[in-house]
Amino acid sequence: MKLIKFRSALAAALVFALVFALTACGGTGSGSAASGSGAASASSGAASSAQKGGEVNVYNWGEYIDEGLNDQFEKATGIKVNYTTFDSNESMYSLLKSGGSSYDVIIPSDYMISRLIQEGMLEKLDFANIPNFSLIDDKYKKLEYDPTNEYSVPYTSGTVGLIYNTKVVTGTVDSWSLLFDEKYSGQILMFDNPRDAFGIALKYQGHSLNTTDEGELNSACELLRSQHPYLQGYVMDQIFNKLESGEAAIGPYYAGDYLTMLDTNPDLAFCRPKEGTNWFVDAMCVPKGAKNKANAEAYINFMCSTDACLANMKEIGYTSANKEACEKYAADLDAAAYDIMFPTEEELKNCEIFTNLPAETLALYDKLWIEVKA
Amino acid sequence: MKKTRAFDPAESRPTVGGRIFTGLIYFLLYLPIFVLIAFSFNASKSRSVWTGFTFKWYGELFRDSGIMSSFYLTLILSLAAAAVATVLGTFAAVGFYGMKRRWRAAFLEVNNIPLMNADIVTGVSLCLMFVAGRAILGYELGFGTLLIAHLTFDIPYVILSVMPKLYQLDRNLVDAAQDLGCTWLQAFFKVVLPEISPGIVNGAIIAFTMSVDDFVISYFTAGSKIMTLSMRIYSMTRKRVPPTINAVSTILFVSVLLLLVIINVRETRQEAAKKRRQLN
Amino acid sequence: MKTRAFAYPYLAWMTLFVIAPIILVVVYAFSAAGGGFTFSNFSGIAAYSAVFLRSFALAGIATAACLLLGYPLAYVLSKEKPRLQRVLVMLIMLPMWMNFLLRTYALMTILENTGLLNKFLALLGLPQLNIINTPGAVVIGMVYNYLPFMVLPIYSVIVKLDRSLIEAAQDLGASPDRCFTRVVFPLSLPGILSGITMVFVPAVSTFVISQLLGGGKSMMLGDLIEMEFLGTSYNPHLGSAIALVMMIVVVICMRLMNKFGSGEEQAVIL
Repeated sequence: MKLIKFRSALAAALVFALVFALTACGGTGSGSAASGSGAASASSGAASSAQKGGEVNVYNWGEYIDEGLNDQFEKATGIKVNYTTFDSNESMYSLLKSGGSSYDVIIPSDYMISRLIQEGMLEKLDFANIPNFSLIDDKYKKLEYDPTNEYSVPYTSGTVGLIYNTKVVTGTVDSWSLLFDEKYSGQILMFDNPRDAFGIALKYQGHSLNTTDEGELNSACELLRSQHPYLQGYVMDQIFNKLESGEAAIGPYYAGDYLTMLDTNPDLAFCRPKEGTNWFVDAMCVPKGAKNKANAEAYINFMCSTDACLANMKEIGYTSANKEACEKYAADLDAAAYDIMFPTEEELKNCEIFTNLPAETLALYDKLWIEVKA
Repeated sequence: MKKTRAFDPAESRPTVGGRIFTGLIYFLLYLPIFVLIAFSFNASKSRSVWTGFTFKWYGELFRDSGIMSSFYLTLILSLAAAAVATVLGTFAAVGFYGMKRRWRAAFLEVNNIPLMNADIVTGVSLCLMFVAGRAILGYELGFGTLLIAHLTFDIPYVILSVMPKLYQLDRNLVDAAQDLGCTWLQAFFKVVLPEISPGIVNGAIIAFTMSVDDFVISYFTAGSKIMTLSMRIYSMTRKRVPPTINAVSTILFVSVLLLLVIINVRETRQEAAKKRRQLN
Repeated sequence: MKTRAFAYPYLAWMTLFVIAPIILVVVYAFSAAGGGFTFSNFSGIAAYSAVFLRSFALAGIATAACLLLGYPLAYVLSKEKPRLQRVLVMLIMLPMWMNFLLRTYALMTILENTGLLNKFLALLGLPQLNIINTPGAVVIGMVYNYLPFMVLPIYSVIVKLDRSLIEAAQDLGASPDRCFTRVVFPLSLPGILSGITMVFVPAVSTFVISQLLGGGKSMMLGDLIEMEFLGTSYNPHLGSAIALVMMIVVVICMRLMNKFGSGEEQAVIL
């Protein structure tokens, strides 16, 4: 009795699974067949004006959008949004490079965009389809990572700063030296990715964070290695919990995230050190060979609109590139929060944006990073 | 009589010490789970600072179409992968069992390769293969490729579950069945399959577990339109994984627990009914 | 039994989805970015010997800990009433269905210096423990995640032991201890070997645990390989080379271990 039930359940599950797999396979298969295979038909499809209906595959950071915006876009244009997320520029790059992806809009960071441009992995945008680009603040246009501004449209920006617990840290803080201060041994956190970590070390030692000079990189590596014994750990999002609960007292992270941490732990303070820091921009681009380029541009255009940018700023907490949205948002901020979200021109002069580095330097980065962490 | 010590095999029930030990281990095993569930009710997003009780994350969860679609995808994918892997794996194990020793040993070694390989290497190599296939066959990466990738690491576990039960199989039973008039195929379904069914069921459970938790392999083979729950969770690690994820995990946990309780209660009732029938 | 043909579908599958990708990995390992056959990836590996040693050492310790905890647990489980046994077995697997990353985060919440464990110890007036961000925490994380895989194989073997053998040994005058060391333990060896395989092999290649619980300070092979694919410079060749070397070492370890067991029975999982 039991055996029969077991076998029939198994058989049913198998049938169900196969049917589902086939229909799902068939669904995606026919979808791609309809949109055309091969580069020629893909580009001709993209050349035609924005299709009503159809879909757009968007690839963004996790927890980096107001979800309602995707629904709004679908209602307004009839284009279905397939929204997927990634956790780091490098994993996105890895997937793009291996060819296993077919995204229409991707939202990487500055240095990754510069790398994608150099490796010919991005499509040039047709700005006639992106009229809202005029709403973008001029200071975000034609930056070093996309000098001709043909490939990307800014999405958010922010700065890296030093967050510290005022109950633990005495005296004024205005320098990266706090991260290397043995007095706070065991309470210090550091970025768990090479470019951010080396960026800080290089800035502290007075070099550019885009340097390719081996000597400078080696001395930055030495500095980071010297930090190892009194470092609590290398962290990414764990930093939120660690600083909020008082597990750690000092760590570098992004300005908008500091404001989030402040809600839970009011003892935290933020500063942009005098040696200079990193200013980042995440921007929207279209990968080469995207099958829905016109829809992608429509999506980008929608994301540039003031309402969308304002909604995103409220949700994510990072500064938007849209001038009007910033003004509207700033109206609700107190002075301290405003200073953190919107650095002054003076402060921005002290900030540097990441650009791509040549292959040998990147290989050196990896080698040195392993030396730092191992 | 002196109390027998812990490892006395003649004892038919575990000692108090044994039970305490077991209870302690289970408690430690479930402590992080309870923490997870507790923080799904936390008022703030923090995972270590308790700021108050709230149901809001559950509300947000049901409004979050991204997480819910990932949740359903993961369930369907894992069930499908477990089902297909169990069937394919069982047949493969039976097939290996019928082979000469040398061949069997060789194939079982190859079978272990996906287990021994780092997930990311398996993921990337499968991705490259699917991309190469795409150039020839024109499909798009999606649920199909995801399912195939999951089967690739699920089937070895099923085979490893079923093989030992086959080794323990008493050949005499099969011979007896055939002597009593069964064809070889009937003997297989009526004798062999029931004998190895514990291995099959356990293999299915392990395959399901492996599929639910996989991240890296799914990341490289899922294509651009769908995300499993694991992928979605890992993608949140720049900005902090929100408690809505705790909420979805709690729901999964509680549902399976309920299922267990229901099955257990039903079996108790069935046994009680059987006993009553026997007494009458 | 003439069941060879049953395996043919899977053999076809294996060729396509197991062997072909492995060949791809080997090809990648022996080539460089510009193409062409090269050993350069392997010569660089000597620099990572510290990482190799640490991974195998920590995995070994975790496996031993799993064995020390898992064996008694499996033994006790096997003596319970059958229905309770089934429930307990399911309960052991249940935590594995919560996402791995989430469980590790929860472990962090417990083990941190301001975490639940230390808060509890403070309540009892006991000294605080500094476990987090040490290799010890990584081992605890590994044991936590892989203990069920040690318990289940051992349990399934012990539960099917021929009781008459044990009774015979007792009839011949063996004390409970001797009974265990001479009869029960040797008979349960296939389960132990299988459990060791299912714990040691994945433990060598984990990567998230050392990042979260070890504070990123104890780099393991998994982290290293992941870095080559997801690091600043995308280097699948070096990554494949390291993975290949790791696999070969694991195969050697497994072969050595199987020598302790009986030849035929191979790895018993469940």
